[in-house]
Amino acid sequence: MNADFTAEEQTFQEEVRAFLQSEFPAELRAKVDAGIRLSKEEIVRWQKILYQKGWAAPNWPDEFGGTGWSPTQKYIFATEMGLIGAPEPVPFGMKMVAPVIMAYGSDEQKQRFLPDILQSNVWWCQGYSEPNSGSDLASLKTSAVLDGDEYVVNGSKTWNTYGQYADWIFCLVRTDNSVKKQEGISFLLIDMKSPGITLKPIVLLDGHPEVNEVFFDEVRVPVNNLIGEENKGWTYAKVLLTHERTNISGVPRGKRRLAALKRIASETDDGFGGTMMENSTFKNRLASVEIELQALEYSELRTLAALSVGKAPGPESSILKIVGTELAQKMDELFVELAGYNCLPYVPEQFEDDFEGDRIGPGNSAAAALTYFNNRKLSIFGGSNEVQRNIISKAVLGL
Amino acid sequence: MDFSHTEEQQMLQESVQKFVQKSYDFDTRNKIVDSEQGYSEENWQLFAELGWLTVPFDEADGGFGGSAVDLIVMMEEFGKAMLVEPYIATTVLSGGLIGHLGDEQQKADLIPQVMEGALQLACAYAEPGSRYNPANVKTSAEVSADSIILNGSKTAVLNGSNAGKLLVIARESGADTDREGISAFVVNADAPGVSIRAYVNVDGRKAADITLESVSVSADARLGEAGAALVALEHAIDRATLSVSAEAVGAMESLLQKTVEYSKTRKQFGTAIGTFQALQHRMADMFIECQLARSIVIRAAMKLDSTEDALEKTKAVSAAKSRVGSAIRKVGQEAIQIHGGIGMTNELDVAHLFKRITALDLMFGNTDYHTERFASL
Repeated sequence: MNADFTAEEQTFQEEVRAFLQSEFPAELRAKVDAGIRLSKEEIVRWQKILYQKGWAAPNWPDEFGGTGWSPTQKYIFATEMGLIGAPEPVPFGMKMVAPVIMAYGSDEQKQRFLPDILQSNVWWCQGYSEPNSGSDLASLKTSAVLDGDEYVVNGSKTWNTYGQYADWIFCLVRTDNSVKKQEGISFLLIDMKSPGITLKPIVLLDGHPEVNEVFFDEVRVPVNNLIGEENKGWTYAKVLLTHERTNISGVPRGKRRLAALKRIASETDDGFGGTMMENSTFKNRLASVEIELQALEYSELRTLAALSVGKAPGPESSILKIVGTELAQKMDELFVELAGYNCLPYVPEQFEDDFEGDRIGPGNSAAAALTYFNNRKLSIFGGSNEVQRNIISKAVLGL
Repeated sequence: MDFSHTEEQQMLQESVQKFVQKSYDFDTRNKIVDSEQGYSEENWQLFAELGWLTVPFDEADGGFGGSAVDLIVMMEEFGKAMLVEPYIATTVLSGGLIGHLGDEQQKADLIPQVMEGALQLACAYAEPGSRYNPANVKTSAEVSADSIILNGSKTAVLNGSNAGKLLVIARESGADTDREGISAFVVNADAPGVSIRAYVNVDGRKAADITLESVSVSADARLGEAGAALVALEHAIDRATLSVSAEAVGAMESLLQKTVEYSKTRKQFGTAIGTFQALQHRMADMFIECQLARSIVIRAAMKLDSTEDALEKTKAVSAAKSRVGSAIRKVGQEAIQIHGGIGMTNELDVAHLFKRITALDLMFGNTDYHTERFASL
């Protein structure tokens, strides 16, 4: 048993590290460090830099412009990106719809959609959840009725992350009401500029309109935007959800945040003449988080080792989702703990690009509560942690 | 043994409930939060008329002479409604400090005005770097022949931007964390050298960072003896700590109730999610947390009312705040989780209750601080 990288893998790691050091733009890095949300343009700019290098889509196969990397190389790349704070590709195109198009789309669809995703020319968003269909996704009601060579779509989708930026949306729609709920669902690609689509921003508890509700009113969608066969969408959707659950543990980002916690703790007064790093209660909390992170990292490495010998990602990936998200939330609590009163001000605009003036409190301390609030979503989205536990009970434990 | 409310306490509770029902629904409350002032002056005048502003003050000072139990009965209702009017800042904390330290003249000058609703107060004690330790005071008070000069920075000053007068805690002598040498001064908020940066907190309450630059006050602005304010300040903070703990009990109860209701109506997989045992047990745990939080807050209030032992009082308050803080995290996080996506939206009161209790957890010291304080006493 060993957890070492091979010599080639180490060389690769150095190459990735050197590339990120020199090519991840300093302005973006400064913003990430300052806790400022990156704009659409900035995220796209970084993606295009990765594209120039040929590294835009680590998870794609060679033939579509992917990297052809081994699972370990992908892991190394994701780790180095996370450690430096470089934003991951927006998942909706690259990680969600693209694998579905590759597996089930027509050749015409592949040529039409994949290059633009790879080059970050087109921004995608997801149309899965509905106001009444969350964890029970298969109960979705948005309907698509064939009329000539077009579907007519009616209904609404919700929790569309960055729908305000999106050019296209992939949707699960109901095309047959007469069969079992999973069997009447189709997978449609819809141009966000289509007449009849309206967007309503949803402000989350941190004050940011990160998600939207999308309404479809008699939206006409060409039939050649249907992926695969009609009423087979649920099968395709499940593939997408498995992809959503890989790389979700967030270990690299966790390491980066752990280092930040240590740095901030050593700079934060405990109120009694020492620093928070000298406070034994806080140190114990920090240690628990670090230990959990180590356990998570090795759980991920074990999954990775299985992938490397050709095994498919199984329901074990639910462990990574549950533990990764709950650990991230524990870290949020520690940031709040350190920030103390500094995170009480509710001034979200301090973390916008165009904010002028001095922030309240030192560093990003005023963002700690906002991040704590926002990250409550982690255990809700991507298949809630309750759904993940159901998967483990059923698929792993056979209950 | 009797844990029931007295008739007076029942009346007080009903009077707050009636007000909330009539004039403080969620939308109205949000409009008040968004207003320039961040609280409703009309409500404040109503509080004065209803006599609420007299509750924490001694009868000798013209107040109602309310007990700690009276206080928590009110605060719990305030917590359910997420009230943003500066009740704690003006009456409990600042009023309490004046009540403890002020001489007859100072009390007569200030307390009646507060009870009439004519004067808002803020107690500026926390500083950048002091964390939750009220003895950590760097703001300086330099005494000269004809005046006292204040210099320093204060943070997280509740009601700092609406107060007519500030109670500034400053050091006349000693090192940064010495218990001796700390005084309290009454400073006009518009005095030259006072600059105030206002903001709204995550729980909807207004607060401010305040800088004092060569602010000159006369010797009669000092409350009590020179350098001897800390014990009284700690007493006032303990009462305020109990108040926010009781507020949290009310807010958590409300969160639990809303979560249970939602789980009965929200259907997934063809059935109400409240029928899932995995969720039932978690809501049962939320209930347990609420009950334990309530019990320890009642215990603390009863200790404040019954014992003469200062140490016992302080320990009881820290025990309450510590336990309430851990309940806050569990109840708050579970409420959001069980609501799912809808719990993440700012439109719902659930999100605001969650933010409210998160702030209450930090105010006047969080769980870790109070657990350590409890252990060290």
